[in-house]
Amino acid sequence: MDERREARESGSGGWTRWAVAGPPTVFLLAFFLVPAFIVVAASFREPGEFGGLVPLAAGWRAAFSMEAYRFLSGDLVYAQIFASSFAVAFATTLICVVLAYPLAWLIARSPRRRRDLLVLLVILPFASNFLVRIYAWIMLLGPANLLYTPFAVIAGMVYVHLPFMVLPLYTNLEKHDPALLEAAQDLGANAWTRFWRVTFPLSLPGIYSGSALVFIPVLGMFAVPELLGGTGDILIGNLIKEQFLDNRDWPLGSALSIGLTIAVLACAGIAAAGARRGLQGTEAVS
Amino acid sequence: MALLEIREVTRRFGGLAAVDRVSLAIEAGEFFTLLGPSGCGKTTLLRMIAGFDEPDEGELFLDGKSLSGIAPEKRPVHTVFQSYALFPHMTVAGNIAFPLEMANRPREEIARRVRETLALVHLDEKGQAYPHELSGGQKQRVALARGLVNKPRLLLLDEPLGALDAKLREEMQVELINLQRDVGVTFVFVTHAQQEALALSHRIAVMNMGRVEQLDTPDRLYTAPSSRFVADFIGKINLIEVEVIDASHGHLGLRAAALGEFAAEPVPGVKAGERGALALRPELVRVTERLESVDLRNRFTGRVKELLYLGDVTLYKVQLDGGFVIEALLTNAAPGRARLFKAGDSVTVAWRHDAGVFLRG
Repeated sequence: MDERREARESGSGGWTRWAVAGPPTVFLLAFFLVPAFIVVAASFREPGEFGGLVPLAAGWRAAFSMEAYRFLSGDLVYAQIFASSFAVAFATTLICVVLAYPLAWLIARSPRRRRDLLVLLVILPFASNFLVRIYAWIMLLGPANLLYTPFAVIAGMVYVHLPFMVLPLYTNLEKHDPALLEAAQDLGANAWTRFWRVTFPLSLPGIYSGSALVFIPVLGMFAVPELLGGTGDILIGNLIKEQFLDNRDWPLGSALSIGLTIAVLACAGIAAAGARRGLQGTEAVS
Repeated sequence: MALLEIREVTRRFGGLAAVDRVSLAIEAGEFFTLLGPSGCGKTTLLRMIAGFDEPDEGELFLDGKSLSGIAPEKRPVHTVFQSYALFPHMTVAGNIAFPLEMANRPREEIARRVRETLALVHLDEKGQAYPHELSGGQKQRVALARGLVNKPRLLLLDEPLGALDAKLREEMQVELINLQRDVGVTFVFVTHAQQEALALSHRIAVMNMGRVEQLDTPDRLYTAPSSRFVADFIGKINLIEVEVIDASHGHLGLRAAALGEFAAEPVPGVKAGERGALALRPELVRVTERLESVDLRNRFTGRVKELLYLGDVTLYKVQLDGGFVIEALLTNAAPGRARLFKAGDSVTVAWRHDAGVFLRG
């Protein structure tokens, strides 16, 4: 009986499904996949004299060159910038978890009527312009002599990304069954043990998705280090932006982007594998 | 000395007493049930025993020691929750090991006792499964195992069979009885299902509006209810409004407006002129064809109004000539029963004078 209904649904669903899924598919193909291929292709070409790329008519080297990659691997400074970018992203994520957890927990524990207001307050900063808010940090950090330091970069990064950690954590914590904590207490667990044995493991899915939402954008962010950081605080994002807008070396910029993408995918892969192992059984709650 | 003594305990919520001066004592090894409709205070009382709530007045004593101010995690009392509250991120074995880990038992002892307890609840094969992979009945057994594994002085069970279907519930009732007998842990069971309470308990406290209406063994509660509430709440019963017209001849002479006069067992202290109700179980009401001779004095004629055929028994509603509708439960396979009655049949209804219980007020 179920099979027949499924068959009918998928039969009639043939064109409905395409009507629904078609437009986004076309959009993603045209504006995501195609540009991605263009970036890959650009990374194997030579930079033009005044920016852009050398015309293909200039010979086979104009169509395929490993020059950008050779340049990248030839200078250790690029590897160092990658490393420091990952360090900043990691530190930002960690600080966001530590700051967001109690906040998300308090919101999830507050009376139902007040929760929506508190969530609104968390996302309220988005209502004003991003650059204006970063400039505000310049005003704050300047007098304290903290401007143009690694501290300023991380403070800015944490400030910008904190809501992306609070929201998934809150959504996770809000769904926890209070009976589980009562059961743990009933069976002899004190407050500390209840947190580490019940609340924390059950909130791991929230921590993972929040971390992905913070870590990946931080890696590519260039505005914060540019405005708050010093000359030594350059990150991959700044490097890529520089290649396209200042140095006009598109192939090098493209190669850096691809390096970043591969690094992010590798991180996501490792995190997903780790999460899958740590997540056994928690699907029931989240 | 009683294992648990509840002394004059009152708990108010917003001026309303959820538990109202309750006193009772639970003995070691007992299967004790708090029975009552929702809102009667039984769950509030249970939460005070577990430590999740504190009484406004009165005190609880476990093994003679006061429980006031002692946190739930410090009480040798474990609870089986209605929703089971199994830890979803731990295996069955992990769930059962939890209370032992909290008590800092050595690793080998934990492993051994988890294994023993799994065997006790017939889940030997399921130690490595996660709760979401289990059926309702299996989850129920894990919750029981987790509550019992560290041998608490008291195991509290909060409507633990509520989420199971009828057949499974019956199986679990038998398992609960056996389990309680085997482990010897004192059970305090909370339920609103009177049949469950009758089937499982050594003693039952029937609660209503925050008070204990009657505390007795299941058969005493059923055959000798002390109030209209208990009579009506436990099982099916005919409650006949009566006035005492004679209390002098070794029996009670009663008169009911819609029925007529009949007799009942004497109750000490009851005098002529008092009002009350006669509580009469349907299975003690005899129904015969009108022409048959019946040697009982409490005898009335009427017509079968409705009947419910239930397989082994049939519930008849008979409208008596005085207007009263009486319920009678007849076994279908009784010897000599030639046929079932049909709606509209003229019948004679009768009962022994000691079949009913006179309830004052």
